[in-house]
Amino acid sequence: MTDALVGVRGRRTRSLVLTTVIAAGSVVMILPFYWLLIATTYPSSEIFASPPNLLPGPAFFDNLSGLLTETLFGRAIGNSVLIASVYTVLGLVVCTAAGYAFAKFEFRGRGVLFGAVLVTLALPSQVTLVPLFQIMVTLGWLDTYQALILPSLAMPFGIFLMRQTMLAVPDELLQAARVDGAGEFRVFSRIVLPTVRPAIAALAIFLFLGQWNEFVYPLVVLRTPESFTIPVSLASLQGIGTTDYGQLMTGTLLSVLPILVLFLFLQRHFVAGILAGAVKQ
Amino acid sequence: MNALLETVDARPATDRRRPPSRRRRSSIGHPRLTPYLFLLPTILLFLAFKLYPYLSAFWVSLTQNVGGVTAFVGLDNYIRLAQDPLFYTALGNTFLILVVQVPLMLALGIVLSVAFNSMLLKWRAFWRTSYFVPIVMGLVAYGILFRALFDSGDGIVNEMLGAVDIGPIPWLVDPFWAKISIVLAMTWHYTGQNAIIYLAQLQSIPGELYEAAQVDGANGWQRFWNITMPGLRPALLLTVILSTIGTLQLFDEPYVLTNGGPDNATLTIGMYLYQNGFRYFDFGYASAIGYALTLIIAVISLIQFRLFKEKTR
Repeated sequence: MTDALVGVRGRRTRSLVLTTVIAAGSVVMILPFYWLLIATTYPSSEIFASPPNLLPGPAFFDNLSGLLTETLFGRAIGNSVLIASVYTVLGLVVCTAAGYAFAKFEFRGRGVLFGAVLVTLALPSQVTLVPLFQIMVTLGWLDTYQALILPSLAMPFGIFLMRQTMLAVPDELLQAARVDGAGEFRVFSRIVLPTVRPAIAALAIFLFLGQWNEFVYPLVVLRTPESFTIPVSLASLQGIGTTDYGQLMTGTLLSVLPILVLFLFLQRHFVAGILAGAVKQ
Repeated sequence: MNALLETVDARPATDRRRPPSRRRRSSIGHPRLTPYLFLLPTILLFLAFKLYPYLSAFWVSLTQNVGGVTAFVGLDNYIRLAQDPLFYTALGNTFLILVVQVPLMLALGIVLSVAFNSMLLKWRAFWRTSYFVPIVMGLVAYGILFRALFDSGDGIVNEMLGAVDIGPIPWLVDPFWAKISIVLAMTWHYTGQNAIIYLAQLQSIPGELYEAAQVDGANGWQRFWNITMPGLRPALLLTVILSTIGTLQLFDEPYVLTNGGPDNATLTIGMYLYQNGFRYFDFGYASAIGYALTLIIAVISLIQFRLFKEKTR
């Protein structure tokens, strides 16, 4: 039976069925978030109540103040904000500069260097876990911000994305600026960067999100709770013998909330970033 | 969006050479050192934190720490690895999650993307957002959340199943269900991401193809298999390879959700590497596991790449 024969009524039924199925799936996707939200408003003893709580309770501020005074989670938030912000800014500088060189210049060793970038995209990062730890021990950098920020700044994917985007910038534009007497740095910062702004926004989100959620490498090079980032702090809260679930859930919510808000405002850029960088780092 | 997707293809770098005319023009007007200056930070960082660690890891994998002194032991770590039942357990677990979770997630992703692309679906933008939002949640955060949801005694999942007279299911404490828990959690987290990638690819398929097929009397299934699926192939190749690489390195979810248990039922290669390196401080053995993992990823990616290439021809 072809669509034409099904007619308007069949179409309407199918539309209703499809929308209902997708809506049901959507509830499954959202439910964990909703449960998390509810869980943060109950004391630990009532989080796993039976029947389960479906409406908010009174304990959110108790959980929050407990989390911030009894644990070092507040410190972890500060660490994460600082590390992820600095990392994002520096990462953008490094990746855009490298992308520009690969996209717009002919030079000896370009093929080899770019090949190295592509190969590191596919290599498992876990191989470098032990040597990076040893490097940080040698440098005396355990528990430092630079230990987290520096190693992954030259992110292969970021360089790759910037190169691809800048390939599309017309050479004539650059030549015109050079003829007008602009220096190389000026051409880069005034002509190229503004032209690829959407890709830069996508990369910025990608860098920030990646660093914000990074777990195994910080787990290795951060030793004292004062230096923990949010994910490491959360994992350590969970590790404690008697976990205060109210606090743990509140911490979990705090780790997601800023990103969630950012996501709702900048959805388009998130999608572009994920599309461009569906790479699990 | 489509342009972005197409950039993440897997063609060898030699295919991307620029036409000769552009090459000639771009070589005038700048000092020869300029590109190296732009690349300087990358080169330094790359040498210090990528190349050196990779080479160093290989050297470390040939050594053992004997009473505080690092001794060269040749291939001993690799020989030990080849005979280590726990390594095979980790390998088996990782592959099981790979062959169950990745196809499940990709199939769901395809179905979702087709639905998102369909004119029959109402409020499309809203649903898209709701399916995509889990991806912003960090791995540790969603691991912790799912641990609470799956709690065997009084988690909400069992409460809900109990309401329809199912269970309770021993989600995290039974070897079989612990694996299922990880599969479900990962599917929740990543399916929307893949759906969005497919959706971008779907939107690049010309609508005329579907119209022509309809005129020729092709039904919905025929259009799906003959137009949609072939059109999705580049995005499929990308997601299959990336999901495979990601799953082979799986660490965060089992670390947070099950801590590798019960009885090593969710021990993955990544977790085993971490345990040896940073719980037992056996750096040599951990590095050998890392190189074994590299080899496995290289071989599998190559096979997948070949398979997809064959089908495209």
